[in-house]
This record gives sequence, C-alpha cells and structure tokens, in this order.
Amino acid sequence: MPSVKIPRKSTDTDMTPFVDVAFLILTFFIMATKFKAPEPVEIKTPNSVSTKDLPNSDALMVLFDSTGRVFFSVLADKNPMEKYNVIKNLNTSQNLGLTDNEMKNFTKMPAIGVPFSKLKQMLAIPAEAQKDVRQPGIPVDTLGGELYYWIRDAIGTFTGKQLKYLVKGDNDAKYPNFKLVLGAFKRNDIYKFNLITSQEDAPLGTDLYNTRQKEKAK
Amino acid sequence: MASIEGGGDSGGHKKGPGVKKAKKLSTRVDMTPMVDLGFLLITFFIFTTTMSTPKTMDLYMPKDTNKDEEQNKAKESGSLTLLLGKNNVIYYYEGILKEDASNFLTTNFKDIRKLIIDKKKEVKRIHQHDSKCPDIWAKNGGDKNSCLDVDLVIVIKPDDEATFKNTVDILDEMTINEVKRFAMVDLFEVEKQLIKRTEGN
Repeated sequence: MPSVKIPRKSTDTDMTPFVDVAFLILTFFIMATKFKAPEPVEIKTPNSVSTKDLPNSDALMVLFDSTGRVFFSVLADKNPMEKYNVIKNLNTSQNLGLTDNEMKNFTKMPAIGVPFSKLKQMLAIPAEAQKDVRQPGIPVDTLGGELYYWIRDAIGTFTGKQLKYLVKGDNDAKYPNFKLVLGAFKRNDIYKFNLITSQEDAPLGTDLYNTRQKEKAK
Repeated sequence: MASIEGGGDSGGHKKGPGVKKAKKLSTRVDMTPMVDLGFLLITFFIFTTTMSTPKTMDLYMPKDTNKDEEQNKAKESGSLTLLLGKNNVIYYYEGILKEDASNFLTTNFKDIRKLIIDKKKEVKRIHQHDSKCPDIWAKNGGDKNSCLDVDLVIVIKPDDEATFKNTVDILDEMTINEVKRFAMVDLFEVEKQLIKRTEGN
C-alpha cells in the first residue's frame, strides 16, 4: 500500500515586512534622539502647560537641586567660543589664575557648581572624569553671592545679544533656594525668566483649554 | 504565425544539445545578522531617547521697590491671597486678612483651581465698568468682556517650606485659569504666625 505523503511545509517565514517595520522604528529613534552631555545633577522638573521650546544658544541656565546646590551653565551651541569668553571674563574679574587649558576645559563642562576657591582645582580635572566629582554648588546668599558674578560676567560676554535666562529647579527644592537664585538675577537687573518645565496638557474645561480650542478652530 | 517573444523558457528559443543550463543561484541572503544588529540599535536608541522635550515657562518679576506710589493697589473685592505652606497645603484669604483671622482658610492643590475659577466668576459678576476699561477694550479690539476680570488680583506668597514644584504649580494655575494679574511676594509676619498656628493644630 502506498503511503500517503504529507507535503512538507517550509518553516521559513517571510521576514521582510517585519524587518521593514523594525528599521522604520530604528530610523524614528535615531531622528528623535538628541545627544546632550549629562548634567552633573539629576533634576526632576515640575510640569506646566506652557508650550514654548527651550533655546539652545544665547542663554544662561541656573540649576538648583533638591538639596539647594546651585549650578551655572552657559548654553552656546551655535558658538562655543562664547563659553570660553565667559570663563575668560570671570578669570580676569575674579583673579582666578586659570590657565588656558583649564579655561578650555570649562567649555566642555555642561554645568559648573563649585565656589571660586575650588574652581581651579575642578577645572584641572579632565572633562571625562568630572562627572564623578561631587560638586558642592555655587555659594548664593541674599546679595546674590558668587552666582551674581557668574551672571554679571556672562552677560558682559554677550553684550548686544538678546539673552535668555533659564532657571531649572528640582520638584523638591525649597522655595528660599529659588528666591536666592532669582535674587542673584535681580541684582543684575534681570526680571524676565524662563522656568524649565516638562509639558502637560491644559486641563479640560479650564479657560486656557477653551482659548486653545478656539485658536485651533481658527 | 509570428510568435511573440516572451521571457523565460516558455515559447523561447530552444537551446542546442550541447549547451548546458546555467545553474541558478539563490538570490536569498541570510538576513538574520542584519536584523539582530537592527534590533540592537533600536534597543539602544529607545534607552537613550528622552521623549519629553523640556519647555519653558515665562516668569516676569517686578523690580523691587519701596516707594508706595509705584506699587499697584489692588481692589479688596478682587484680591485673593494664596499662601503656600509645607506638605502641599495652601492657605488662603479673600480681600484683606481680618483681625481675628476668620477668613484665613486652608485648601490644597486639588481644590485650588475651583477656588480660583469661582473667584474669577464672582469678580466678573460684581464688575462695574470704570476708568480702566476703555484702554483694555481698545487693546482687545473692542471686546467689552475683556475688562470683566480687571479687578482680579492673585497674590502668591510661598513660605520657606514650600517647594519649587508648589511654586511652579501655582504659577501654572494662573496660566490655566488665565488670571492676568498676579504677583509673587513675601509673607507678612502675621501670616507666618498664622501658618505656624494652623500647622500646630
């Protein structure tokens, strides 16, 4: 009796669509990723309904974490020389005695949070190793402290440009820290700030929500 | 009849007996390593991507001034003072704080929105057009409703125990409820005492 042959089906599946989708996703993530040097502190920003984007050039940023440490950062993606000029300015005005290499090192740092007295020591460490060093924060008091000089000298570098002043604070930071930071800006005659926040939608039914719906309809 | 020359073997020309058929090689390539690498990259990018792009929120602070004439006076009926205390508690009073502190009340961040909305409604209801209104109408293209909440002023006073999140949240409420006039100032000594006393209970 002849045996019935069951036709063998191949176990190979066509993977092409699967691979297509995979690479599509890959492309998306490559596009969406923005590489940024990590900041020396982790700061969880509060949410707000504002929709304005963050500038990445011509801006000064002051960060403060939950323990009240204050950091200073110059955002100059377009022209990194400006960052160099800021530290050069500060070096002259505060007699810090930094070498050219140390000042160049500063341009590689995402944010700085050490008092003037420890600045030279900090900048002597190569940029790659700096993230392992715990920075104590820039001293700030009711008269602005050293932060006042940082801001003053940075503004001096950017003369003639419209600077933005960013304040990035941690959720759990206490209000007095925020006030001191604002105080340092105020002493430099700066009254307009941009607080960095994460985005959230306007709650349903509120006035802002209605206004935005109306604008959309237009 | 002339045949149409088609591709392939069907109806094509016949090969001679000595011509060997070329062995067809499979065009299939093993894609597994490529796919492996692809997924490795996907995983890497998923982990490094931060999806929420940071946004910025405007904050305009007034110049510090001690001169009385430079300070804006707020109508008592339209003012609401919010004091941010510790543990996300908000203390508030409408108008001027009474001597016996009977209008000094407590709320939280969940209920504050309703409070502000109600206050805004109340201000709009009792509003009467005055000298300030024509300017505002002109700015808003003659919209007579634009002047209704002109008297609404919210004073925000975060105390030393309030967090940065609280401050931003309450400023955000101003944007959400479109409160046009608000100010962030320091607490009075009386208010500090009251907060302490309320916290003690």
